[in-house]
Amino acid sequence: MKDNNLNGRHLLAKIFRWTCIAVTGFAVLILGILIYQVTVMGLPWLDMQFLDSFPSRFPERAGIKSAFFGTLWLVSLTALFAIPTGVLAAIYLEEYAKPGKVTRFIELNIANLAGVPSIVYGILGLALFVRFFHLERSVVAGALTMSLLILPVIIIASKEAIKAVPQSLRQAAYAVGATPWQVIRHHVLPSALPGVLTGVILALSRAIGETAPLIMIGALTYIAFIPEGPMDEFTALPIQIFNWTARPQLQFHELASAGIIVLLGVLLVMNSVAVYIRIRGGRSKM
Amino acid sequence: MGEQLKGRPRLGEKILKGAFFCCASISVVTTIVVICILAFETYGFFVEIPITDFLFGTEWTPLLQPKSYGILPLLCGTLMIVVGSSIVALPVGIASAVYLSEYASDRVRNIVKPVLEILAGIPTVVYGFFALTFITPMLQSIFESTHVFNAASAAIVVGIMVLPMVASMCDDALQSVPDSLREGAYSLGATSFEVTIRIVLPAALSGIFASFVLAISRAIGETMAVTLAAGATPNFTLNPLESIQTMTAYIVQVSLGDTPAGTLTYKTLFAVAAVLFTLTLILNLTASSVMRRFKETYE
Repeated sequence: MKDNNLNGRHLLAKIFRWTCIAVTGFAVLILGILIYQVTVMGLPWLDMQFLDSFPSRFPERAGIKSAFFGTLWLVSLTALFAIPTGVLAAIYLEEYAKPGKVTRFIELNIANLAGVPSIVYGILGLALFVRFFHLERSVVAGALTMSLLILPVIIIASKEAIKAVPQSLRQAAYAVGATPWQVIRHHVLPSALPGVLTGVILALSRAIGETAPLIMIGALTYIAFIPEGPMDEFTALPIQIFNWTARPQLQFHELASAGIIVLLGVLLVMNSVAVYIRIRGGRSKM
Repeated sequence: MGEQLKGRPRLGEKILKGAFFCCASISVVTTIVVICILAFETYGFFVEIPITDFLFGTEWTPLLQPKSYGILPLLCGTLMIVVGSSIVALPVGIASAVYLSEYASDRVRNIVKPVLEILAGIPTVVYGFFALTFITPMLQSIFESTHVFNAASAAIVVGIMVLPMVASMCDDALQSVPDSLREGAYSLGATSFEVTIRIVLPAALSGIFASFVLAISRAIGETMAVTLAAGATPNFTLNPLESIQTMTAYIVQVSLGDTPAGTLTYKTLFAVAAVLFTLTLILNLTASSVMRRFKETYE
């Protein structure tokens, strides 16, 4: 601090403070612009006809029926595969695993998997599920790929929730003679539930928005039907949005923004539920 | 309770433990399978194309005649996205984190943090749409020579996309700096600017660094926004207003067409993905080792 000019130093502090405020405001502003842009473009297209039609070459007849139900199928199956596996893995790591090289390796591995680009999971899905297991372009192939993608997210969130359960609860249960599984089933899991649920919902909303892995396994095709079983071909909301955005015509861009409104609406509902559970769970603990 | 107190055969407990262990090991199996698949197909690729041609070639035209397989244009495209997005995300991310951690009242914090979380939860394809319909036209009105698909628009949007992650990781890092450090500096008469720049930021440096590394890793792996906004022309150029292609966008481009397994084009997917996987893995490992050291310092 060479200069002893007090006014100058305070001025600098003030400028710095306002720069930080302006920059943060800028980040919030961008979210505002994004939502405004999407709403203005898409809202006129958002009607029952749009929700209840299959994709079409003609913008005025196109809709997201098959994409919406495709996403529903995809998320349901992904939840079916990923939630039990992820939660049980977290239970193992927190409740059973002894600290050591193996556990550390597994944990490091999970942390790294969380950072693997989603398109690499797409490559994995393509080579393993679509080609090797001959599941073709089915919902099940997509759901298995998505499950692997969100598994690290679920494990990490569940681990945090389980870690937050007070040790005294476990000790009390053990003291009255409960077996490890009884302790987990009757005490640890119920009190970790809000945290686990929040993590699961956030993971599933990631699965809803992911596009690249689905394109890799070949879900970008013209689908004008609702999947009736796990082996059917499918399309999904983000895929349909990508498809419309990639076309040069303005009308398809407007369709894409109508699709985005639906997608963001679904995500907003899921996130609100997660926040609600987090707040309620936090309160009941007190 | 009575029934439970009788105790059950330990066999059941052992089976359960085994089942849980299997679930936990799925992650390890996933990693091994990914590495095996990438290594196997990439090896098949290098049998046909010499590795030096792949790593040092400056032409990437596997889908056109004459075919050539030099990955440098794709790496160059990815690099432009990384540099451009870093220019957007790193300063803005740090400044927001400083504001949130050092200046903002709890009320503002409770509003801005969820907004950043929302930004982080928006699907990447939406950002791609935003780049194409908002950022590109804006760039075109400033620089007339801007192509419809250009690196700058994609880089800006990727920057916006990784911004929440940078901001919230930096915020965590700043928050974990003990208040006594700040109080000590203030008591010596430092202004808030001096406290932040000379005390808090240096003390949180490892966390900030880790967030930068993860941001770069995310930018390298980002796919949809880049595919939509940056185009599909593997140019070996550094002009941000031209159309380029990243590694991820190439993978998408190939998988949009129908590529039979076993062909050379199919193998290029895995060769490019192997480079992508290696790069992001190195960055992620770097970030997590920096984070571990950082934890040791403050706990």
